[in-house]
Amino acid sequence: MALLNGILAQLLNGLRIGSIYALIALGYTMVYGIAKMINFAHGDIIMVGAYALYVFVSLLHVHPALAVVLTIGFCAVMGITIEKIAYKPLRNAQRLAVLITAIGVSYLLQNLALLIFKATPIPFGSIIRVPSITVGEITISGLTMVTLAVTAVVMVGLTLFVNHTKMGHSMLAVSEDQGAAKLMGINVDRTITITFAIGSALAAVAGILYISQYESLLPTLGALPGIKAFVAAVLGGIGSIPGAMIGGLVLGIIESMSKAYISTQLADAIVFSMLVVVLLLKPSGILGKLSIEKV
Amino acid sequence: MKKVLKTAGIACTIAMLASSVASAADTFLIGGVGPLTGAAASYGVSVKQGAEIAIEEINAAGGVTVGDTTYELALQFEDDQASEDIAPQAYNAVMDAGANVIMGAVTSGACIAITAQTYADGILQVTPSGSAEACIENDNAFRICFSDPEQGVAMADYMTDTLGLTKIAVIYNTADEYSTGIREAFEAEVAEKGGEIVASEAFQTNDTDFNAQLTTINGTDAEAIYVPAYYQDATYITKQASDMGMSLPFFGSDGWDGVLGTVTDPATVEGCIFTSPFCASVDDEKTVAFVEAYKAAYDATPDQFAADGYDCVYTFKAAMEQAGSIESADLIAAMTEISVSGQTGDPITFDASGAPIKDVKFVTVKDGAYTFVE
Repeated sequence: MALLNGILAQLLNGLRIGSIYALIALGYTMVYGIAKMINFAHGDIIMVGAYALYVFVSLLHVHPALAVVLTIGFCAVMGITIEKIAYKPLRNAQRLAVLITAIGVSYLLQNLALLIFKATPIPFGSIIRVPSITVGEITISGLTMVTLAVTAVVMVGLTLFVNHTKMGHSMLAVSEDQGAAKLMGINVDRTITITFAIGSALAAVAGILYISQYESLLPTLGALPGIKAFVAAVLGGIGSIPGAMIGGLVLGIIESMSKAYISTQLADAIVFSMLVVVLLLKPSGILGKLSIEKV
Repeated sequence: MKKVLKTAGIACTIAMLASSVASAADTFLIGGVGPLTGAAASYGVSVKQGAEIAIEEINAAGGVTVGDTTYELALQFEDDQASEDIAPQAYNAVMDAGANVIMGAVTSGACIAITAQTYADGILQVTPSGSAEACIENDNAFRICFSDPEQGVAMADYMTDTLGLTKIAVIYNTADEYSTGIREAFEAEVAEKGGEIVASEAFQTNDTDFNAQLTTINGTDAEAIYVPAYYQDATYITKQASDMGMSLPFFGSDGWDGVLGTVTDPATVEGCIFTSPFCASVDDEKTVAFVEAYKAAYDATPDQFAADGYDCVYTFKAAMEQAGSIESADLIAAMTEISVSGQTGDPITFDASGAPIKDVKFVTVKDGAYTFVE
């Protein structure tokens, strides 16, 4: 019974961290699906979101609910700006050039945060205050419930948006075939812009949940979750929205279980080796469709 | 011609040296070595500033009288960037300046890098904060701070003997020598005392998520959690434990000093107990005087490194008075005979190995403030 409770509790830990990975992975996968690029600066948008929330709540004393909306808006604008300045001029360049630019943007964001907020971690209390509940012998923290609920709502909302709105359909069309979509009268640039805005807004949500969980602001806080979410996106099948959700949750559970039952030292190694395993066994990921690319 | 120039140069240098010695006859120079820049800069700066406070106090009170001569203390502190490569240069720089004793190095690695040289030169070396065992291997080297294992042993004794705890869980940083060193000594001592380590959970530097480790501990019958780590780790761990509804008491190492500055809710660390040689916010006459002088001079609160630097200077003073001489050999011989009333211990004495003998102090958080455990 104790063992079972332990496994259940670890499963919950995994789902909570996995939810955050899933939210971030959605941004990776959407941008990849539509712009065919890996936006390595995506992880740092989480950091921007966390700091933005801190600025709104602690420095400008905005009401937390409004601060959340402002933070999401700020990150969406940030995503659009980055796309316009750094990626759009390279739309027709080699993919490697865009990839390297993305890494450059990532460093730029981290160092800007370092310059403005310095390297000393800033304590920032959670804005989410929900009492924990106890089911049987397992205590579920309020934050865990909020995280799971927010993630579920976002996922359902995003799925509905993509499948049932005109903009969603344009996204699907652009991801299918950019050239053909253009010929059909779809504004490709605008679709890409909206994609970056949505991806960055999701990263902001992840950032808010992340900082509520850990309560310490660091310029590099987005780096590790960002890279793990990238693994999650590949695991689920890069380009696939449900894939990113499943990949994120699976990765969170793998991480939590490895830490608990294999070795805390090896947990990160196990998480990252998933990338190797997936690429070797099923490069298209869990839900990705296999496409043969001519190079 | 060349030879003449060289001779003239040497003569000139000797004359300069002679004049500098003559004018500085009553100055006792402490050569400080430690990081003033780089990632560990705060440690070196604290030691330097703590030492400066002590020097000012001593000089204001008339200096140190040895026999017929009264010496004024002076400090020359060279930056070693906490680097093994730069420490020897910093050491040479203070020796060239005519240092009578060496205070340093501040960090263990840099300290070990100069011990062979100080031993060869036969000069008294006291490291304020080099906690590795190898820092004081040689007969001329002494240490103000406790070593890492000593801290672990002290906490194990306190938890098992004083508090009667028998089932203890440990969370430690497997990538950090400080943490693993304390943990090994702690676990060995707990076993020695008949206690049981019910879980020993590891993490890595920069980890932020401790839920898995805490969940595992929650599934055991642990009565307390010992976390030999730094305050940022302690902040994450205590917060996540409180989120999970865990109510086990936390115990920590001196790295916890500062935890109140990083937690968002002091309730998460209320009642925790950690070993600490010095605590600035403790209401004690001697501490308050030091803290006020330090604040006035540097507009900052002294940490344990500052206290170590302060005690280091008073150790030199005691050694000079005991030895009745400022010859290195006499000073070294006097070290085991002195008793220093310091910030990090009162009294502090030294054994032949160079380790300090002083009471271990335990600090707890009570009503959101640090206070010594009675």
